Formats: sequence, C-alpha cells, structure tokens
Amino acid sequence: MAKATFSIWRGEANQGRFTDYQTEVTEGMVVLDAVHQIQAEDATDLACRWNCKAGKCGSCSAEINGQPRLMCMTRLNTLDLSQPVTVEPMRAFPHMKDLVTDVSWNYEVKKKIKKFTPRKPDAADGTWRMQQDDVDRPQEFRKCIECFLCQDVCHVLRDHQLHDQFIGPRFLVYAANLEMNPIDAENRLDELRRLHGIGYCNITKCCTNVCPEEIKITDNAIIPLKERVVDHAFDPLAKIIGLVTGRIPGP
Amino acid sequence: MADLKTYDHDVLVIGAGGAGLRAAIEAAAGGVSVGLVCKSLLGKAHTVMAEGGMAAAMGNVDDRDNWKVHFTDTLRGGQYVNNWRMAELHAREAPDRVKELEAWGALFDRTKDGRILQRNFGGHRYPRLAHVGDRTGLEMIRTLQDHGVHQGIDVHMEVTVTTLFKRGDRVVGALGYDRHHGDFHLFRARAVVLATGGIGRAYQITSNSWEYSGDGQALAYQAGASLMDMEFIQFHPTGMVWPPSVKGILVTEGVRGEGGVLLNNKGERFMFNDIPDNYKAQTADTPEEGWRYTQGDKNARRPPELLTRDHVARCIMREVKAGRGSPHGGVFLDIAWIKEKIKNAPEHIRKKLPSMYHQFKQLADIDITAVPMEIGPTTHYVMGGIRVEGDSQMSAVPGLFAAGEAAAGLHGANRLGGNSLSDLLVFGKRAGEYAARFARENAAIAPDSGEVAEKIKTALEPFDRKSGESPYKVQHDLQKMMQELVGIVRKEDEMLHAAEGLKALKARAANVSVTGSREYNPGWHTAIEIQNLITVSEAVILSAVARKESRGGHFREDYQDKKAEFGTFNHLVDQAADGTMELTQKPIPPMTAELKLIVEEMK
Ligand code: SF4
Ligand code: SF4
Ligand code: FES
Repeated sequence: MAKATFSIWRGEANQGRFTDYQTEVTEGMVVLDAVHQIQAEDATDLACRWNCKAGKCGSCSAEINGQPRLMCMTRLNTLDLSQPVTVEPMRAFPHMKDLVTDVSWNYEVKKKIKKFTPRKPDAADGTWRMQQDDVDRPQEFRKCIECFLCQDVCHVLRDHQLHDQFIGPRFLVYAANLEMNPIDAENRLDELRRLHGIGYCNITKCCTNVCPEEIKITDNAIIPLKERVVDHAFDPLAKIIGLVTGRIPGP
Repeated sequence: MADLKTYDHDVLVIGAGGAGLRAAIEAAAGGVSVGLVCKSLLGKAHTVMAEGGMAAAMGNVDDRDNWKVHFTDTLRGGQYVNNWRMAELHAREAPDRVKELEAWGALFDRTKDGRILQRNFGGHRYPRLAHVGDRTGLEMIRTLQDHGVHQGIDVHMEVTVTTLFKRGDRVVGALGYDRHHGDFHLFRARAVVLATGGIGRAYQITSNSWEYSGDGQALAYQAGASLMDMEFIQFHPTGMVWPPSVKGILVTEGVRGEGGVLLNNKGERFMFNDIPDNYKAQTADTPEEGWRYTQGDKNARRPPELLTRDHVARCIMREVKAGRGSPHGGVFLDIAWIKEKIKNAPEHIRKKLPSMYHQFKQLADIDITAVPMEIGPTTHYVMGGIRVEGDSQMSAVPGLFAAGEAAAGLHGANRLGGNSLSDLLVFGKRAGEYAARFARENAAIAPDSGEVAEKIKTALEPFDRKSGESPYKVQHDLQKMMQELVGIVRKEDEMLHAAEGLKALKARAANVSVTGSREYNPGWHTAIEIQNLITVSEAVILSAVARKESRGGHFREDYQDKKAEFGTFNHLVDQAADGTMELTQKPIPPMTAELKLIVEEMK
C-alpha cells in the first residue's frame, strides 16, 4: 500500500508550525484515521478532538487543505495524495494545541439566547398537537451537530473578529429553530437585531457551503429570520401585539 | 499542590450524556448546587450516536400498548434476570419522561393527529419508539443540554475523573484532570452520580467512542461498590464492516424497522430459519406478513429480523461461519428492495433514514436506496455495570449513585433497542433526585489531602517512566484479545487464556511511558484509561467463565443452552480485602404478586 504525507499543525497557543508525517494509506480511510495512525506511530502527544467517527458529534472539525471539514467524514480518496495533505485547526477560534481550538465562546453565546418557552399545552395530559409539516423546518435546524465549521468560515467572525457583536450562523440557526418551533411563545426578534447582530450577515452563503449536515443555513434560517426581524422592527402594531400576547407575528 | 483547583458541589455528576444531564437537571431542581463533569465538550457524549428512538408505552400509534406490555417485553428480552423493580419503574415512567422532553423543546416526528409518532423496534410488541428520523439521540442530548444550561449547573468540560475519595463508608469527592492543561481538579461533594456510559473500548470492533473506557464501573469498583452481570454485553447485529476504517460503526435497527431484510450470499432470508420458541407466537410466518407489520398493519406479526439483538447477531455469525457471508465477512442488509413495494422508495428511505443514507454514501460510497449494505455484529452496549438499588439508584457505597449504561439491572441479559434512551431519562432523573436528597441530609466532608496528593502522583507516573512501551500498544493488544477470546461466541479455554493474558497486560500497563507535556496529551490519557479497561475486562472474564450457560448477550459454545438454575441469581464482582477480584452469586429476590400476575398474563 502507498504512503501519503500529512502536514499537521503542531504546537501550543499559536506557536505552531506544520510538521510532515508519512503514513500508510488503506482503502476507505478518512483523515481522522490518518491522524490516529500518526498518533499511534510517531506522535503520541498529537492533540485532536473526536468522538463518534461517524459525522454525528461535531468534535473533529479542522481545516483540511484549507477547507473547513470534519476529519472523520473526509475520505482520503477525495484528496490529492500526490501532494502533502495539510491539516490545521479551525482558525476563527483561539488555538489550544495542535488541532484543538478553544470553542468555549460558542457555549457562552448560546446561553444568551432566550430559552425555549412553550405555550400552554394543547391537551389535558400536558402535551401538544403539531403537524409534521409544521415541524419539518425546525427539524432541519435541529440536525445541527455543533461542529462550528460555519462559525469558522464566516468572515464576520473569522476576518472581522466581531465575536462580541455577532452570534454567527450556528446561533442564527439555533434562534431560527426556536422562533419556528410551533409551540414556542417567546419573541427573540428584537435581540436578534440589537444584540445578536443579524444585520452583519450579508448572505455570502459560505456557512451553508461548509455545513456537514447540509442545513440550508442562509436560505432557510437566516433569510426568513431577517425578514421577521425587519417586519417586527417596522411594524409598530405587531410590536404592540407582540408585547401584549408574547406571540410572534408571522413572516 | 500548586496546580490543584478545588470546587465544592452538593452533587457531582460525572458524565454528561443523557443520564448525566438528566441527573444534573433533576438535582438542580432539588435545590442543591450541582457540578457536571464532561469527558468531552458538552453535547458530544455518546448519546448523540443513538439513532432509533426511545421506548415509552404512550400508545400513540397502537392504543393496545401500556406499561404492563412494555414491562413484560423488557423482562422477556432480558431473559428474566433483570432487576424487576427497575423494569417496572422504567415502563411506568418512560412516557412522562418523553413528554417532558417535548416541553423542553424536543421536536419528535408526528402522527397524523399531531401527537408524538412511535415506531416498531426489535422485541417491542407494539410501535413504541418516539423518534426523530434516525437521529433521536442527538435530539435528546441537545434538548437536555439547551435546557440544562439555564438551570444553574456548573459544567466542567473536557475533564476526566481518575479517583473517587471516601471518608469512612461515604463517598466525599473526586479527582480529575482537564485535557487542556493537564491540571488536576478536586471536586468535594456530598453525593456523586456516575453516568459515564459503557465499556465498548475494551473491544476492537465497537460502535462506541473513545470515551467508553469503563471509567464509572472501575471507579465504583475501586470505591467498594459491586459490579453486576458484567458478562452480559450486547453485540449489535448491524455494524458496518467495510471499509476497514469504519468497521463497527452502528447501522440503526431502524433500517429493519422500516422493512430492511437480512440476506446471505445466496439471497436467502436466513432469519426465517431460526425463530426461538418463546417468540414464535409473535413472529411473522411469511415475508409478506413481516412487510405488512413494518408498514403498520396491526394484525401482522413482526418479521424475524426484528427478533432480539442477541439472537439476530448470532444468526449472522452462523451464516458467516458457514461460508454464506458477504465478501467482507458480514451479511447483507437490504432496504433498497422496498422499491418493489412502494413508489418513490429512494425518497422514502432518505426521509426515514437520513443519517444512514449519508453515512453509507460518504464513508462507503454506497447508495442504500439502490444496493444492499454489508453489515456484521459490533460491540455496542453493556447490560451489566454498577449494582444499584432500583428506586434510588444508589450503589453499595453511601452517596454514590449510578445511572444509564454505567448501572446494571434494567436490561437483564439483553437490552431491547430503544430501552436505552428511556433508561437514561427515567433513571437519570431518579439518580439526580435521590442524590440531591442524600446531599441535603448529609454534611460535606473533605477528602484526605494526603490521599489526594498520592493519587495525583500516581496519575503522573507515566511521565516519569522513560523507557516503557506506548500505551496505545497495550490498549490495542487488550482490545484484540477481548475481541478474539471473550467476544460474541465464548469458550471456557479461550476465556481462561484471556484471563492469563490479562495478567501480562496488567504488568505492561503499569509500565507504560508517555512523552510530551501535560497539555492535551492523548497518550497520557490513554495510559490512565487502560487501567479502567483492564479492571472491567477482568470483571467480564470472571463473570463470563462462571456463567456456564447461554443467555441473552452471553453465548457459550460449550454450553449452548439456557439453564434454569442460572436464571435465579445475578453475578456480583467485588474487590476482596486483599485487593483481588471476587465473584459471588446474588439470588434474585422474588417478584411481587402483582408483577408476577402481569408476567403470566402476557406470556
Ligand atoms: S451567509 Fe452570513 S452567516 Fe453565513 S458565512 Fe456569510 S455572512 Fe456569515
Ligand atoms: S449549522 Fe452546520 S456547520 Fe454550523 S455548527 Fe451546525 S452542523 Fe456545523
Ligand atoms: S468524530 Fe464525531 S463528527 Fe467527527
């Protein structure tokens, strides 16, 4: 079997550089397998995150040949192995060690979004009635595995570093999931505009392009949310109704 | 200790999958301070991998269902060595736990009249699994996570616990290290809940992530709690077998629930050839009847593909051994065939099984709507674990609780699919509730500082040894040995061989060395984890050798039949005074008259 070269970012807290490793390539291997093999053979202290190895937990995010990807879902036969494959950490977050970054900011952001608050149950047994058609859309958003690849690629965070003013695509998806949940009675539209910086998104769709769950982040979450935010901001009547009933005016 | 950080929590929950999160939420609701330790980042625990659904007798799809049927299904599946009190509580309380998730933001698939949809699954008499496509575990963990972060719980991410501390009988705290800096953390607590999941990493082919190294079982054992029924390990019949790098990754039972069939290389539906007597009455006679069952026909009986997991796994092994397997050592699982039955089959499959479609497409270049998958058994779940009291989930050590896969009892000798997610919720809640109560009633005691210092020193020893071997090598050899000698088909001489092998591995594990710094050093983490893997492997071997019969997940080639006398007790493993591992039999207490009657009625 052939060997391939992997250029892996090594080092702590941005003091890193690429180090080349050669390892055997076998059929069906993914980048994460190569990293593990290198870990076992040459570099026992090589740091990377992973859990499920099946694209379900969103732990193994990295930049592979410059592209934000899940290491466990990137097959080697989709890469050009005649060149060294570069593997480096997500660049939009503070570096910790090797392929591991500090993603704690994301957890802080999520806490600031008003939590799910259901309306009164529809039935005496404390349950609700919802049609499948009405949950299809939020279910799409709930596929999110919190890999934060969309956050990594969004220029507002990556290039402009507006982490304190913009929650990023992942949390716009999260907010959209709450706003479109048929039984949620909370209203987050004011905050989305004032605190969460939805206006910073200029719909470049870079986030949608990297989402491993193929969530249509921009078309299905951000654009409808922007429309609701605009309607809400410029419709004084809706605002009053919203204040009185806690209900969201439709888009 | 310059780098020792100390925290005080009333209740410390170790593990942040479904059970740990649910326990933490409940403990916080009980008005005590709660610390939650996650081995990974929050929301990444193995629960995300659960696919099919959570079993709860809500009767939304078939109103003949109720807790009594669920209770008897669970006992039948577990071959009657279950903790029947847990099986009862589980069946009674699961519906409320599921509904509660909806109140916290979960969005399950719906019935036509707008209620939570339920699907068929192996061993469940009626459609019972609340689900979201084939990503129910993700839905569950995210719901608990998003609800939990607003409950005032202190979350410690990427921290691994290495030791529990006791004062007298009671557990009083824990020691852990964080992955980021390799610093040590001392958690002082009045009560501790272990929700650390299973032991799958003791095997080579497993659906489990690296986190599943038997930490909770080993911690509890060291602290003086008993491990129960460790021989009962579930080998899920359908794991991926090709390409090699994905070997073991789970293929949900939902594929069979939606009409998928198992075929050997002759194209034969071999599952029809071997239907156990106690399931004959519930199993379809013809493929046609089986198909109707998967499509919701209430008068049809389930196809043999949906028999219990232990049985299906063994039938697959038999086909492979007899030379009737697929090219890469498995058999075929075919869902594409349903195009003969329904229009738009590819679209239907993608809608019902989106993650499976995705997984095979991306990892194996296979379109499951067009061709069969190749699958084979994979180590999936341990029914055994920490012995707990059914109502409170407290172990033999006062103040030490366990829930979810780390605990034993609910599932007996074999777990039904879908009973795990509901287990996490029902007993996570109970563990949290009773741990909070224990914390309110008992004062905090500080762990002995000398002992803390000593344990830190032990944890750092791999760095001091300069010439030892790599921990990965030892881990690999252990996994290989367990796979080959204590796997799905077991034999006395092979297992005794493994017991010998384990002694050698123990010596090697005590001598591994690691290089680099303490910052995010996976080599060091592995060096610590193999100690736990060795402890649980020893318990598995000891229990498996002693069970000279076949029951549930435990299959003996040399004792192929079930024996009545082995159905009257559980195996307990404890640490003896001299530090060796000791096995005893603990009689199963008689069932209450009410429950006995239910079992009789449902026979
Ligand atoms: S579409 Fe908006 S959120 Fe997505 S990457 Fe572009 S600017 Fe960022
Ligand atoms: S929206 Fe997609 S890319 Fe963003 S975090 Fe979720 S799964 Fe990852
Ligand atoms: S390891 Fe879970 S997504 Fe890659």
